[in-house]
Amino acid sequence: MSITEIDFQAQGAESAQEASGPVEGRTQWQLTWRRLRSDRVSMIALGVVILMIVLAVIAPVFAGITHHPVDTSYPNQGENAYGNPVGPFTNGFWLGSDSVGRDVFVRILYGARVSLEVGIITTAIAAFLGVAIGLMAGYFGGIIDTVLGRLTDAVLAFPYVILALALAEAFGPSLTIILIVITFFSWAGIARIVRGQTLAIKEREYIEAARSIGAGPFRIMFVDILPNLLAPVLVVATLYIPNAIVFESTLSFLGLGIQPPTPSWGNMLADAENFYQVAWWYLLFPALFLLITTLAFNLLGDGIRDAMDPRTERLIAARRMRGLRAKRRKAAGGSGPDSSLPDPVRAPDGS
Amino acid sequence: MGADDNVSSDDNVLVRVENLVKHFPVKAGGFVKHTVGHVHAVDDVSLVIERGKTLGLVGETGSGKSTLARCVAGLIPVTSGTVNFNGRDITNLSRGAMRPLRREVQMIFQDPYSSLNPRRRVGAIIGDPFTVHKTATGAERKRQVQDLMERVGLNPEHYNRFPAEFSGGQRQRIGVARALALRPKLIICDEPVSALDVSIQAQVLNLLADLQQEYGLSYLFIAHDLEVVRHVSDKVAVMYLGRIGEAGPKESLYEHPRHPYSVALLSAASAADPDTAAARQRVILTGDVPSPIDPPAGCRFHPRCPKAQDLCATEEPALVRYKQSAAAEVASPAAAAETVGGEAHLAACHFPVADGESLAAAGTKELA
Repeated sequence: MSITEIDFQAQGAESAQEASGPVEGRTQWQLTWRRLRSDRVSMIALGVVILMIVLAVIAPVFAGITHHPVDTSYPNQGENAYGNPVGPFTNGFWLGSDSVGRDVFVRILYGARVSLEVGIITTAIAAFLGVAIGLMAGYFGGIIDTVLGRLTDAVLAFPYVILALALAEAFGPSLTIILIVITFFSWAGIARIVRGQTLAIKEREYIEAARSIGAGPFRIMFVDILPNLLAPVLVVATLYIPNAIVFESTLSFLGLGIQPPTPSWGNMLADAENFYQVAWWYLLFPALFLLITTLAFNLLGDGIRDAMDPRTERLIAARRMRGLRAKRRKAAGGSGPDSSLPDPVRAPDGS
Repeated sequence: MGADDNVSSDDNVLVRVENLVKHFPVKAGGFVKHTVGHVHAVDDVSLVIERGKTLGLVGETGSGKSTLARCVAGLIPVTSGTVNFNGRDITNLSRGAMRPLRREVQMIFQDPYSSLNPRRRVGAIIGDPFTVHKTATGAERKRQVQDLMERVGLNPEHYNRFPAEFSGGQRQRIGVARALALRPKLIICDEPVSALDVSIQAQVLNLLADLQQEYGLSYLFIAHDLEVVRHVSDKVAVMYLGRIGEAGPKESLYEHPRHPYSVALLSAASAADPDTAAARQRVILTGDVPSPIDPPAGCRFHPRCPKAQDLCATEEPALVRYKQSAAAEVASPAAAAETVGGEAHLAACHFPVADGESLAAAGTKELA
């Protein structure tokens, strides 16, 4: 076939394309959101995360409703005849009272403020640092990569609990120290991931195209590479938030984090430790909130990661097909696995 | 054609590459890296690209075509030799010094999928050259981008779409529009159609030809498809393992190939006419392309060449000029000063192939 003949046919093909009308495209974010929405676990996790944020923000409203300001003790209503805390739904304490007669529920909500604040602020700063450092190391390579890479390795190899304890001891425990310590140990992991991604993206032809039109290194890093990094960084950041929350609770539990009377889940648990035999609610509820929050963030992060992966689409479709097949099998009276559609997942010999 | 209307009159020449060498170091060792060898990607290549003309560059994968293109575009530093653009030496310029030249030399890439940033809208991709060189902003930029889109056959209303919403051929048109944005003098096309369907190839090739006429563009056109190169090129050069084996005007090279490698390549290409195809002897080369880390001594093609003799393994043949005749006659004077990309038909072979000569006798197969 000669080029001119091809040309003629090509024109025909093009006009056929025109006739079929415009195709509505989707951006990757739209696709991701669609996949995420079809994943029930992720949507529940997202709901829990949003609920926690809302509860933390409107914590003073609950303090108003219960008439129990966060740091006020109620020796009369909040303690029983023996001077022990009162249980849930007693004397207007929804989740009971604590060792000095304060409202556990209100304090948990205020504790959520600290936890989410620490989680989100440290992760945001760590993501910023990690992206900047990883991007530079990956893009420039050479000696810059070596120096930044070793720095990253050093931070990752550090026994961070010990350093955190030492720092908290040396500078005196405070929210600022917590933020600094957690940020310091979070950026390295993000930097490592960003560096790897940058190395991969750097070799794409569109980066060479950008260089060939005369774009400088910073323009290439921020205009061409950075938008491609947002997805993986978002996933990692979602998974780093619960880490930071647990870390803050650990420090507070050890008495080196948030100091009483300011409530935090960690220092509430530390205090509750002495009372769990007479006041199970004092230990249970802060622990439950901590567990649910970190679990929700982790599940949400996993869900986002899966939703970003185009292969998930097929997995979801396969799951639906399996469900459909199971239904038909039931309808057919359970006459064996081969009664309806052939199952491509299973090997022909049934193993 | 006049024997000596050659290209040494520099007015005609847009790009002159002289003795270009590009070696990539091969590093080994885990902790302390050291160089254990070099990949001889481009070895002593000289060529010219004439104004408003197309030089086709053909060769197998790994022959150094793309490396040569990137050296000419100033995207990678050269090991030695010079690249002269429009009368100016542009070899190994710094990025700042290269910047104004970027407006004159542009590239179209092979893969229409990886050459467009998936996260950016088409308007931003095509408008990038304007932004980087600050030649147009805001509404003016948008207008110019939409003009370009219209010129290359895209719907200007698709300004805000993402590359993923276009087909392969349309994406390559986006690449063409981006290359065209700064009104360059030279466009380097690195296998611009090899990733496209055959029917789409013709559209893109015709677009490139139209643009050449309209804007007086020069092309360095790289491909491994000989038919495509024949369709677009004025001059053709055949590369093998970092060197130019044969070069000349299109008709001369396609009708009277002298280098056994060119003969083999041409015999492997699909022919437009089935009768010709049936009549043609197919020369099948044995063995693989040798490693460019340790290229063979003498003629680089000799381990695979059906005509190779002892001389080929020891002495490297120079590019010499051939007459346009049936026998493989060396033109007199055998001026070695002729340049690849000019009017002369050059080949580097000790035992050139005469027209109609069969290579089948020397250990190759004949296909019915």
